[in-house]
Amino acid sequence: MTALLPRRGLAQILALIVILAVDRVVSPQFFDLRLQDGRLFGSLIDVLNRGTPVALLSLGMVLVIATRGIDLSVGAVMAISGAIAASLADSHGLPVVLAEALGAGLVCGLWNGFLVAVLGMQPIVATLILMVAGRGIAQLITEGRIVTFTSPDLVWLGNGAILGVPVPVAIALGMLILTGAVVRGSALGLLIEATGGNARASELAGVGTRAMILSVYVWCGVCAALAGVIAAADIMGADANNAGLWLELDAILAVVIGGTSLFGGRFSLVLAVLGALIIQTMNTGILLSGYPPEFNLLVKAVVVLAVLLLQSPKLSGFAGVMARLRRTKP
Amino acid sequence: MTLKALFAASATTALLLALPAKAAELTIGFSQIGSESGWRAAETSVSKQEAAKRKVNLKIADAQQKQENQIKAIRSFIAQNVDAIFLAPVVSTGWDSVLKEAKEAKIPVVLLDRDIDPSGKDLYLTAVTSDSVHEGEVAGDWLAKTVGDKACNIVELQGTVGASVAANRKKGFDTAIAKHANLKVVRSQTGDFTRAKGKEVMESFIKAEGGGKTICAVYAHNDDMMVGAIQAMKEAGLKPGKDILTVSIDAVPDIFKAMAAGEANATVELTPNMAGPALDAIAAFKDKGTVPPKWIQTESKLYTAADDPQKIYDSKKGLGY
Repeated sequence: MTALLPRRGLAQILALIVILAVDRVVSPQFFDLRLQDGRLFGSLIDVLNRGTPVALLSLGMVLVIATRGIDLSVGAVMAISGAIAASLADSHGLPVVLAEALGAGLVCGLWNGFLVAVLGMQPIVATLILMVAGRGIAQLITEGRIVTFTSPDLVWLGNGAILGVPVPVAIALGMLILTGAVVRGSALGLLIEATGGNARASELAGVGTRAMILSVYVWCGVCAALAGVIAAADIMGADANNAGLWLELDAILAVVIGGTSLFGGRFSLVLAVLGALIIQTMNTGILLSGYPPEFNLLVKAVVVLAVLLLQSPKLSGFAGVMARLRRTKP
Repeated sequence: MTLKALFAASATTALLLALPAKAAELTIGFSQIGSESGWRAAETSVSKQEAAKRKVNLKIADAQQKQENQIKAIRSFIAQNVDAIFLAPVVSTGWDSVLKEAKEAKIPVVLLDRDIDPSGKDLYLTAVTSDSVHEGEVAGDWLAKTVGDKACNIVELQGTVGASVAANRKKGFDTAIAKHANLKVVRSQTGDFTRAKGKEVMESFIKAEGGGKTICAVYAHNDDMMVGAIQAMKEAGLKPGKDILTVSIDAVPDIFKAMAAGEANATVELTPNMAGPALDAIAAFKDKGTVPPKWIQTESKLYTAADDPQKIYDSKKGLGY
């Protein structure tokens, strides 16, 4: 557990509590929960449910960033997998739909990983290619329209519940545990961090850095594909123009809020997911507040700045110096 | 011999020149933006239908959302000496020089769906567009009429912040309900014109308004957001169309499906048939020289459950929405 949740998580937890408290002020019924059609219902559930796509994206993104990479294509991969899932949903069973959609994510991840690990391209440029082309591929699949479906199995994936917990939330939790078990239950996490810390030194020390980089991009693609399937299941349709649009930036933001450095070398899965929840708690709060929508982005920017300032080592150092000065003064 | 050949050649030329005039078949070049949305795809297919109905040869150039492609297409239409050019401008500025070229070639240009910067007013024949302020008014008038004298709290799903269509549809709706003191917009948020955001925002509206009990009607700037909002209402155990009235704009097929199921009440059509009025204007201009007004406003028709939504859904779903 200590490996999953290092001491540096304090700032994030504090930030989440403060934002939750603010949400409670703007919306007194924020913590109200009730059962509706066998599914928990309330603003807190909305936060978890709406936060799921970014949380899933951040699970893949945090590993990529740990290797000193970045994946800008996750939003486009979401659009592709959603389009595939929606196109197949009414003619095939759920296992086939999932296999095809997640398979597409895997192929996208392999492509990114190949460009970065084998051809040695800069990650930001390599994944930019799929970011631009991917949405076009999704639009080709849907022929530019919103493909709707009625398959109850796939709809359940977006709107169903397991013991009252919405299925997307259960999936995200499952993926967090799975990813955590794989990378922290073995030396894999350490090897990923070593690759990001100093690829050349790790290579010389016998770490298969190329395989590490390739596999994190593949995992990132699979996570993005899963997020895309859930997003499509949620609205019972695939909207290739808008699904996952700009979510790559939210995912990167979640990872950064989670304290993972963009320079790689170390990461925390739990804190990345916490970062995604912080973003969504803020978004839901903004929607509940009733402010004019012109303020949405401004409020978001100010809150993100505050959370990042809270983590800034320079600033906490500065605060420490100020505290010491005050103490030494008579 | 040479004289004979010359005579034959000139006779053929005369015949070639005379033939199109006799058949009166127009060739029109249409620079379409691209396939940015389902509505755009429907506009393209309706344009083809309307042209075929009038036996007009319509050449469509897909610009893939790029102005430079549109300018290239217009230049190529001028080179082919078409009878008229239809243009759905992707942006409002930067058309002056290419439209001047068309004017010099005496080829009339008709703008479809979107207008351009006022500086180019004399460079095109007419613009066929809908009035998005009026669309909002039609939606507001319907709601006012349906609600009557009862007090009604409305929640509004706005389009993308900064989009002129969103601002206009808001303005028109606000104007229409301002005359009725019992109608009040209690919450207004942007749903970015998408289903996913429409659903998310409606979920928060429901929580903020006591589980949706105090909401009397939803107004969405487009049907897609309303489709998302309808899902949110159903998941909250509310009955859209009965507990909460819905009115939105665009008239895409899926809203008619919801209407047929009794889950939506009204939609205002943004007609994909911009080419029909444009073709009529060009035909009148070519035949009798009738100069059309600078702006041809398309009809903003209101559809409700009384209009056989299932039939409209069936007729619209093949158009490419």
